[in-house]
Amino acid sequence: MSVARFWRKIPQRYNLIGTKCETCKRHFFPPRTFCPDCRREGKVVDHKFSGKGTIVTYTIIQTAPDQFASHGPYVLAIIKLDEGPQMTTQIVCDPSEAKIGMRVKSIFRRIATDGESGIIHYGTKFAPE
Amino acid sequence: MRDVAVIGIGCTRFGEKWSESFRDMFVEAGALALEDAQLSGEKIDAMYVGNMSAGRFIEQEHIGALIADYAGMATRHIPSTRVEAACASGGLAFRQAVIAVASGMEDIVVAAGVEKMTDVEPGASTDALTGAADREWEGFVGATFPGLYAMIAKDYMHKYGMTREQLAQVAVKNHYNGARNPIAQFQQEITLDTVLRSTMVAEPLRLFDCSPITDGAAAVILAPLDRAREFTDTPIKVLATAQASDSIALHDRRDISTMDATVAAGQRAFKMAKLTHKDINMVEVHDCFSIAELCAIEDLGFCKKGTAGKFTADDETALGGKIPVNTSGGLKACGHPVGATGIKQVYEIVQQLRGTAGKRQIDGAKIGMTQNVGGTGATVAVHILGRV
Ligand SMILES: CC(C)(COP(=O)(O)OP(=O)(O)OC[C@H]1O[C@@H](n2cnc3c(N)ncnc32)[C@H](O)[C@@H]1OP(=O)(O)O)[C@@H](O)C(=O)NCCC(=O)NCCS
Ligand SMILES: [Zn+2]
Repeated sequence: MSVARFWRKIPQRYNLIGTKCETCKRHFFPPRTFCPDCRREGKVVDHKFSGKGTIVTYTIIQTAPDQFASHGPYVLAIIKLDEGPQMTTQIVCDPSEAKIGMRVKSIFRRIATDGESGIIHYGTKFAPE
Repeated sequence: MRDVAVIGIGCTRFGEKWSESFRDMFVEAGALALEDAQLSGEKIDAMYVGNMSAGRFIEQEHIGALIADYAGMATRHIPSTRVEAACASGGLAFRQAVIAVASGMEDIVVAAGVEKMTDVEPGASTDALTGAADREWEGFVGATFPGLYAMIAKDYMHKYGMTREQLAQVAVKNHYNGARNPIAQFQQEITLDTVLRSTMVAEPLRLFDCSPITDGAAAVILAPLDRAREFTDTPIKVLATAQASDSIALHDRRDISTMDATVAAGQRAFKMAKLTHKDINMVEVHDCFSIAELCAIEDLGFCKKGTAGKFTADDETALGGKIPVNTSGGLKACGHPVGATGIKQVYEIVQQLRGTAGKRQIDGAKIGMTQNVGGTGATVAVHILGRV
């Protein structure tokens, strides 16, 4: 991924900053700037998430794309954040430990290494609470 | 709106075709379809071609013009349009062609699909396919396509208690059908053991739960139904065309293991054709991964949510079953050249309805259905076709 494309979303990726609609109180992560429920009546502002959530479903990726290949098998999950929205993330834990319903909290980690440029991208992962 | 019929069909053999280029493949499929309709190229009014990612796979964009040119249509300057919706590109190209003929804008229209996937390294094709999901919030954090469908499978097994053996039966059945299809990439039968002992790709999905990386092209020709008999004795009528969308990311779905876009497109198609699932003799669904076939037959209404595993293990989806599913071998055994798959599904159903499906033939087939998925369910196209 290009440097500009990554840096543009650094606050969101590093600090779990999403958005929330002040009209209907719905939270968005990944962030949205347009509330699909309220449409033009929606008033969407930034919101820092607590970083706590629960695993909805997960898998263990054995065949990884090049930029993740150095990680070995890793746990990928969809988690439900306590504020409501669901997101896709890696879970830092022993693959045999992962379970549906497990409580997790956000941590700051290396996400990927760009093969050509060697640039390391950081961001949010989750770990057992 | 006018009634529309399929008057000609053509398809290359699917597989790793390293001696054939992108152009070679669609010229072959197009020529087969014209020959089948006993039609000369001068009669063609327009073309729609489904292609997901020639830009990533062969570094070529502008596929509409390229196809028109190499199909010998450039000097006639007919309109030629590329349609993209990831793995549903073919299904959407077919739908656009149907709409063009139904509206009266065009008479004789080609709907084609083509993908050349094996010219790049496996890592590059996996990465290109990830573009069918949400690159920023799925791909960038380490999701792969098998990984996303693995999370659907995990959710499904957790909710409904389906067994690993029941899931494997999808692949066993599709390889059985593929072994009876001369265009299929894999033409060997397999056993439950083959699936259960294959390499783990993304738990719980193993190699034999996955569709392969494939090269191939398919083309069909459409005409107004009232002119169809000029070209063929067995016109196949398009009874319904439907399309639906959903969130691009899997994590934003209402329910991880229900494809609401399949439910919506299926209901619209049944309503348009004034039919129910009981009227369908066989269906081609989008089994890019074994779990996707189970979700599809439930979401289209062929069995209740949570029961498709048992339904499959009881052979109800096999050639002699209640509702034969993926008689072509599906994406699993026939192969999955992403942009071509939606057209190949129509190709298979037309063969069944004409009674020319050979060892895969369903006796007395009158009405068939196709379901083509883009991404993890963000786009779904459903078509119903019938004998006249
Ligand atoms: C599953 C997958 C990762 C396997 O790729 P791979 O590990 O690079 O496999 P290879 O190409 O190295 O093939 C290794 C062997 O397995 C076989 N093989 C490859 N894919 C296969 C499949 N899906 N089913 C059965 N056999 C397969 C090959 O024929 C080859 O056999 P050989 O050694 O006898 O020649 C890859 O096929 C894939 O990504 N599939 C999913 C495609 C996808 O996402 N499509 C879009 C979905 S909407
Ligand atoms: Zn709102």
